[in-house]
Amino acid sequence: MEDKKELSILPLDDREYSTFLTKKFYQRKKYTSPDPTKLKAFIPGVIQKIYVEKGMEVKRGEPLLVLEAMKMKNDVFSPVNGIVKSINVKVGEAVKKDQVLIEFELVKTHEG
Amino acid sequence: MIKKLLDFFFKKKKQIIESEIVAKEKQQKQGKLTPRERIEKIVDPGSFHEWDMFVQQASTDLGLDKKFLPRDGVITGTASIMGHPICIYAQDFSVAGGSLGLAHARKITKIMDHAIKLGIPIIGINDSGGARIQEGVNSLAGYGEIFFRNTRASGVIPQISIILGPCAGGAVYSPALTDFVFVVDKISKMFITGPEVIKTVLGEEITMEELGGARVQAEIAGNAHFFAESEEECFEQVKRLVTFIPWNNRKKADPFPPKPPKPGYKISSIIPEDPRQPYDVRDIIRAIVDDSDFFEVMELFAPNVVIGFARMNGETIGIVANQPLVLAGVLDVDSSDKAARFIRFCDAFNIPLLTLVDIPGYLPGVDQEHSGVIRHGAKILYAYSEATVPKITVIMRKAYGGGYIAMCSRHLGADFVFAWPMAEIAVMGPEGAANIIFKNEIANSPNPEETRKQKVQEYIQKFANPFVAASNGYIDAVIEPDETRKYILHSLFISKNKVDQTLPKKHGIPPF
Repeated sequence: MEDKKELSILPLDDREYSTFLTKKFYQRKKYTSPDPTKLKAFIPGVIQKIYVEKGMEVKRGEPLLVLEAMKMKNDVFSPVNGIVKSINVKVGEAVKKDQVLIEFELVKTHEG
Repeated sequence: MIKKLLDFFFKKKKQIIESEIVAKEKQQKQGKLTPRERIEKIVDPGSFHEWDMFVQQASTDLGLDKKFLPRDGVITGTASIMGHPICIYAQDFSVAGGSLGLAHARKITKIMDHAIKLGIPIIGINDSGGARIQEGVNSLAGYGEIFFRNTRASGVIPQISIILGPCAGGAVYSPALTDFVFVVDKISKMFITGPEVIKTVLGEEITMEELGGARVQAEIAGNAHFFAESEEECFEQVKRLVTFIPWNNRKKADPFPPKPPKPGYKISSIIPEDPRQPYDVRDIIRAIVDDSDFFEVMELFAPNVVIGFARMNGETIGIVANQPLVLAGVLDVDSSDKAARFIRFCDAFNIPLLTLVDIPGYLPGVDQEHSGVIRHGAKILYAYSEATVPKITVIMRKAYGGGYIAMCSRHLGADFVFAWPMAEIAVMGPEGAANIIFKNEIANSPNPEETRKQKVQEYIQKFANPFVAASNGYIDAVIEPDETRKYILHSLFISKNKVDQTLPKKHGIPPF
């Protein structure tokens, strides 16, 4: 197995074990905390419509854009109350999963 | 009379020879054997008897009436492998792409029904483009009927799937429901949706091989249990498997002449002094079992746990062992799935279980937790607790925390638990435990590092050994490593008539 040439160190319970690691272990997805200031594509697709403009204030639940994927036109709503800081995509653009579409500046409201 | 016989003779010869010529031409181009060659290479010479040879397509719609589809694209029959009776079918890719029509499906379900009634294994060779679109819902019905029988026969007769070509869409679910799936490099391709659909829908580009080739199925996805470089190698694996398993759930696997392990495998010289250093647990297995012959299952997938068949005193046993060589032998999502399913197979088919324990615990990580390591890990607890076959456990170097419980501890119903003198049985490793228990003493010490070392040693002396567990009766005997085979042989010998009744129920609800 070509991915298992050298022994690595795997620390568990403060003990360092000398062992081989697997391809799947190397390929595992590193976790990143969700960033509320960034709207990411939840599925790869094509941007059909953009309802908002840079500088606009949006409320949580307001439609931001339409992302067409799997032959469905998906309305994407704002996850936050904020001001649109930048729109990183254009209408007609194909986007990848987790690509940042819109960035916000958060606005605090009494709703929290 | 003679004329009729002659007519029949020619009709039969024509059917066999003509379709074989067509198959040979088409299959050879793709580097594949014909379905008849495949069957003949798996079964004992001359033992194959074909059934339903003159069945043709059931539908005449959409131009099917103008086609001649011999056998409707699947050869079915009965035969023997090393003297064991089996039912077998092989799809013929040279007939309408091996597509599954109604008659094709009926031939398969018929041979499956026979296998179930006769109590003998069923072997399916898959090489098919999928549903026959011209036959519409009848083709889907055919798949459903096959899945239904796969499920109803599960745990009753052994079911083996060999993937020797494409096996896509709904077709993948029959193999997925069977007990063992064999794949061959560059020939087997399995997926629900192919590269083209993925590209159109998601814009992701991937080759068929990278998406669902043999290696991916055996190493990453875990859908395949045996990986081979060639069809011939694959057939040898199938034959070997058949000799280890019983005909059905009412029988035991046929015994072989007992043999001692080969000289050259000595446990005490395999285990390294330093508990942080790895060793190949398969060498320990070879030091214990008959003829040092270990038939590993799912070698490439989740190699941090090793599963497979071997014999002790000539009788088949199933082995589950932590593998310190890979990921320090931790349990995780994949290895839990792998071990749990194997345990359930062995239990269903009256194969005693030997568990070799050397486990630091479960693998920490966000990806593990988010993939449901709780639910997956629970499968092992479930499978061991549920199993009523003889269960023998040997704790080798360490058994920490949840791993100690999960690896067929006394508490999950192990019949015999042995431990080697160096076995550390504790909630966690000595370093971790000392750091928690003596946290304040270490922090307040003028020389924390020195105190830490001292406390770790103290903990090792007091708790990191098998004697605390032995004094509670959780371990039946502390044994010398080189006595292991002797103790296992004796345990198996006295467990022959084990009776372990479970509570009456329709079926349990294992964590899937």
